[in-house]
Amino acid sequence: MKADPKGVMTGAHFLDGDHACCEGALSAGCRFVAGYPITPSTEVVERIAARFPMVGGIFIQMEDEIASSIAIQGAVWAGAKAMTVTSGPGFSLMMEHIGLAVMLETPCVFVNVQRGGPSTGLPTLPGQADMMQARWGSHGDYEIIALCPNSPQECYDLTIKAFNLAETYRVPVMLMMDECVGHMTEKVVIPDAGEIDIVERRFTTAKRGEYLPYETYGDWVPPMVKSGDGHYFHMTGLTHDERGYPVMNAEAQEKCVHRIVNKIKENADDIILLREADTEDADVVVVSYGITSRVALKAISMAQAEGIKVGHLRLITAWPFPETRIRQLADQGKALVMPELNYGQMYLELQRVVEGRTRSHLVPHGGGTVHDPEVIFRKIKEAVQ
Amino acid sequence: MEPTNPVVDYLRMDRIPHIWCPGCGLGTVVNCFVRAIHSCGIERDLISVVSGIGCTGRMAGYLRLDSFHTTHGRPIPFATGLKLANPKLKVIVCSGDGDLFSIGGNHFIHAARRNTDMTVICVNNFTYGMTGGQVTPTTPIEAVASTTPYGNSEEPFNLPHLAESAGAVYVARWTTFHVRQAIKAMKEAVQKSGFSFVEIISPCPTLYGRRNKLGDGLEMMRAFKEKSKVKNGADTREVGLDFKGDIICGKFINRERTTFLERYNTRMAARLGAAYKPYEGVL
Repeated sequence: MKADPKGVMTGAHFLDGDHACCEGALSAGCRFVAGYPITPSTEVVERIAARFPMVGGIFIQMEDEIASSIAIQGAVWAGAKAMTVTSGPGFSLMMEHIGLAVMLETPCVFVNVQRGGPSTGLPTLPGQADMMQARWGSHGDYEIIALCPNSPQECYDLTIKAFNLAETYRVPVMLMMDECVGHMTEKVVIPDAGEIDIVERRFTTAKRGEYLPYETYGDWVPPMVKSGDGHYFHMTGLTHDERGYPVMNAEAQEKCVHRIVNKIKENADDIILLREADTEDADVVVVSYGITSRVALKAISMAQAEGIKVGHLRLITAWPFPETRIRQLADQGKALVMPELNYGQMYLELQRVVEGRTRSHLVPHGGGTVHDPEVIFRKIKEAVQ
Repeated sequence: MEPTNPVVDYLRMDRIPHIWCPGCGLGTVVNCFVRAIHSCGIERDLISVVSGIGCTGRMAGYLRLDSFHTTHGRPIPFATGLKLANPKLKVIVCSGDGDLFSIGGNHFIHAARRNTDMTVICVNNFTYGMTGGQVTPTTPIEAVASTTPYGNSEEPFNLPHLAESAGAVYVARWTTFHVRQAIKAMKEAVQKSGFSFVEIISPCPTLYGRRNKLGDGLEMMRAFKEKSKVKNGADTREVGLDFKGDIICGKFINRERTTFLERYNTRMAARLGAAYKPYEGVL
């Protein structure tokens, strides 16, 4: 299915990442956004508030992020494609409803334009320190998908991707932007609607009275309904069976958790997006994501200028973590260097996957600005020795 | 042929028996609710019921309607999303006093302020039953709860007054003794355009009545009968509840206010002119 032209602002534009995210949502078919103002994400909802009424959508500024993160789920169960937008402190408030979206298998998008933390931290300056929170922040066992754009163009492209993944796997998808990509302005090319692939919601074909909300028919993902269709369906955040009814025992729990975890794990190869450069004959591979991946380019070119064989692996998908590819690189004996705007979050995952197969080096940063490329460069040199 | 109870078709009979205690008022509330729905003239397929967490939070799960058992305190913002995405839906929130007015209090006042078109039914049993009888924002002063073993010292909310002050267009209170009146109030509330609110005082003999020596379910119902005074149109400032005091019941508020979406569409049309197509849902 292709995009509805009504929401697609075809052409070449000069946009910041926040505004590009809004355009991505419109292209993806999103017509409901609930949000609460928070720097540095506010520009996303400001543009949404102006744009959505013109294309048959609606924006509501809710009383807080808790309300925003569940209002979108109500909208989804009424048939909408919906998202909410926030930054660190608001993201913290949304955690319970990420769990609800996982449990009800509500396809929706959470945008986090990351800033420095903890707490109020650095509202106007970048961070990448919510990466583990995106993965583990809600209670219980689950899997989500998280994408990391590194440019306004990718803020546009990956917002569409986020909606498509959400619909394919019925999972909340996190778009993990950061203040730099949110506020940087670059060229953003929006294609013709006919060139934009959209994953439509898969609705049940069951007759009235025969719909089972969590019967997957051998697939990983069950078909959906919307309220008003006459199925009289029930949704609960409690552990439930195929009928959507609460069942309080270990067997039902195992079945429930097994599927919400494995529908993502088993499809990881289809979900994961990576970009690679010069990794083939590299001695060192820089692994990075988001804004840090652009800073890393400078460090890589400095190292290459000195004759060091260094490659770049960019994680567009942070979660699920690209275990297979990183393990391959590790098995080839390539040293891995990972800069990120935190004190080692995705690096923990990298270490887990590497399991001592090769040397790995973190380039930590507390946030508030980006790395000095020189620091990454020095770590590359250290790694190659 | 055996006569069929009209209520049965609206229940998920495959989930009966329910989890509520003997003497609990929730069965009566469900009965009233279903009869109100049955007679309100709204197409059944378009009714969506949203509950939070707790004993009343389980209400949605027993209804053979589109029904959502959401998170603690958050049925109103979930319902807001449902309603705004598809304004044709009749969205009804059924939840308890702790859910709606402690953890969810902020959402209640904002939905009333916006005049979002929805009905909120609060089953007020003065306690958190599901977790063992803790104090709530409606527990009267003096009343004993598991977290106020020496009696509650906090001033409780007067729910009808709160609802009126925040902007509700319809406000009524009845007890589970007042079955006919409760059905009528629920029916009027769901038929009303805008944010409507019905408080149902309900007995929790297991965790509130017993601790406060109010007797079993039947005795609590007798007290509802003896202590309730019907004052339709009463000033909501005067309907606060004391421990063992009178229970003022009635339809207190029935007024007109422009709903959220009406005001939204008017504003957009005024500013955007012909370029704006009135919003009627995302579909």
